[in-house]
Amino acid sequence: MTPRRAWLLPVLGAVAGLLLVPAVALGPISIPFGDTIAVLVGGEPSDPRWTVLIGTVRLSRAITAVLAGAALGVAGLTMQTLFRNPLADPYILGVSSGASLGVALFLATTTAAAFGATFGTGLVGLGRVGAVGAAAAGAFLVLAIVLALSRWVRSAVTLLIVGVMVGAVTSAVVSLVLVWTDPRIAQQYVVWGLGSFDATSGRDLQIFAPIVLAGLLVAGALGKPLNALLLGQGYATSMGVEVRRTRLVVMVAAGLLAGGVTAFCGPVAFIGIAIPHLARLLVGTSDHRLLLPATALVGAITALLCAIASHPPGTETVIPLNVMTSLVGAPVVIAVLLRARRSEVVT
Amino acid sequence: MIEDEHGLRFTGLAVGYRRTSVHTGLTGRARRGELTVLVGPNGAGKSTLLRTLACLQPPIAGTVRLDGTDLAGIAPMERARRLAVVLTDRVDVGLLSGRELVAIGRHPHTGPSGRLGPRDLAVVDDAIAAVGAGHLVGRRVAELSDGERQRVLTARALAQEPGLLLLDEPSAFLDVAARVALLGMLRDLARERHMGVVVSTHDLELALRLADHVWLLDRTGLRCGSPEELVVNGAVAAVFDTPALAFDPVSGTFTLADGSAGRPALVVAEQPHRALAARALARAGWRVVPTSPADAQIEHIGGDRFVVRHAGRITTVESWAALVAWARRVPAPQPTAAAMAAGTEER
Repeated sequence: MTPRRAWLLPVLGAVAGLLLVPAVALGPISIPFGDTIAVLVGGEPSDPRWTVLIGTVRLSRAITAVLAGAALGVAGLTMQTLFRNPLADPYILGVSSGASLGVALFLATTTAAAFGATFGTGLVGLGRVGAVGAAAAGAFLVLAIVLALSRWVRSAVTLLIVGVMVGAVTSAVVSLVLVWTDPRIAQQYVVWGLGSFDATSGRDLQIFAPIVLAGLLVAGALGKPLNALLLGQGYATSMGVEVRRTRLVVMVAAGLLAGGVTAFCGPVAFIGIAIPHLARLLVGTSDHRLLLPATALVGAITALLCAIASHPPGTETVIPLNVMTSLVGAPVVIAVLLRARRSEVVT
Repeated sequence: MIEDEHGLRFTGLAVGYRRTSVHTGLTGRARRGELTVLVGPNGAGKSTLLRTLACLQPPIAGTVRLDGTDLAGIAPMERARRLAVVLTDRVDVGLLSGRELVAIGRHPHTGPSGRLGPRDLAVVDDAIAAVGAGHLVGRRVAELSDGERQRVLTARALAQEPGLLLLDEPSAFLDVAARVALLGMLRDLARERHMGVVVSTHDLELALRLADHVWLLDRTGLRCGSPEELVVNGAVAAVFDTPALAFDPVSGTFTLADGSAGRPALVVAEQPHRALAARALARAGWRVVPTSPADAQIEHIGGDRFVVRHAGRITTVESWAALVAWARRVPAPQPTAAAMAAGTEER
């Protein structure tokens, strides 16, 4: 049996910190690591343009990746525990399909002329503000519907099904909207759906960071009741947990985290479902007091790696984020889980 | 006379779900320091009653008091410090070790962070020692056998330091030896910790052998008393007897109803040979009687050898197998008489 490894937390923190350097340095124009560190600590690089590049693009991209990775990992973990289902992910409550609907409606109702100029560059400028707002509105609308329905639901399994069903209805409406719109607009929707850490500006971060940090704080305080919920609702109730109230808080926190990420980065796949499993194996326990911070850090590390890999250094190529997360990440997780299966039981 | 308020007492309790009550007007008590066994046929509502007593589902009517306090009127955390349960719910806790699982039982005693202080750790160790699970708790819960997991879950309940422990069918998946061991352990815990212990089981023989107090539940209601009282006043027979099956108070086991059939045989032997020979003969259709006259006399003459006198002939059989073969070869008048009167011998 793998022993509980609390000492890994500072190691993971250090790895995440170190990865910030290549994540900021590497891209179409690669900046030497020495100069990157100089800029990050407030010094002067050998080329002043690098300060501008880091300040306007690279740093906000890296911070977005850290926040989004941590947010999706933690949201996924809380959903897996709440629903006692290893396949649960942050979008299980329909948040991403809600955001998708918001974006699809926004794109469809905004005439092509209004932001025709931005075609080909993705959802930036005026279109970006609108899309983020629409995604957030859609995500929280669907979350509100699921939360409202959850008041009448006793069992976690039923709630899970309700979430999936609301998501299915929402996705169907998205398809309907896309059928009725200009194919070029549908194309924009598809690009949004591929996910990206790149479009977040420093101004976006002023909204995105507080949302994620608030969600992480709430989730961080849930370690104790989530541990009790590992044993199921009956045992949790018998230990003094007010299950319905706890469930509501968990869902609001996960909705905040997943909804925030989806609004700013699109529906980022894979990280939310897989990172909790990796973190569990790394720290060797399901104790949330250790697992929650570990999941946040492993999520941040994974997202940084994906952010780096989606911009192969020295090229203009941009590989869509969800291609990186799914194509590269998923096989790695499968390999790790299969290796672990041999000697121990995984959730 | 002053009402003794110690322990659990419920009056006029109606249990069930929303519109359909399973039982109404249930009244009973469980004293501290005693092992109370709730016994009844499958489907009698044992789990529903226990879940209601544990406040996992609200009563339709009536009150439940523990040490004089109405359990419905106190905060969930306070209740969890007084009452703990072991349920039939599947426990799938991922990568938790046995010790981590037991430590979760400290939930109602720890602060918001769930951090365990020195006293909490001492209580956890004590609970583990009390159920003899010291060698189990270093392992993952998922790797334990049913009986081992039952012990760890019982330790988890003890870690709540309850005044009352409720266990729903804790022995359902255990073999006979482990069942006796578990109930014996629970009786000792009740004595040592001056705690009320209520266990439900459908194993009547075990209940009557080990319980201090019995709650007998069937579709018509609840009868309470000492095991002896309930046997003598016919309550056990009323609940469990069927046309084909009768409870034999002397042996404490069930016998097939036509135990009076078959030809009389007299067994002359010391225990355990007498009981075993009687059982073997009964299986072959003989009726073992305490005194002459009898059609046959079987006398133990040391080792596994018996002298058999029947119809004027004297035979010596050299083994148990030979005795069984003889008993079958000389059939009783009714060849099909299924007189499996396993315990009709005189004690």
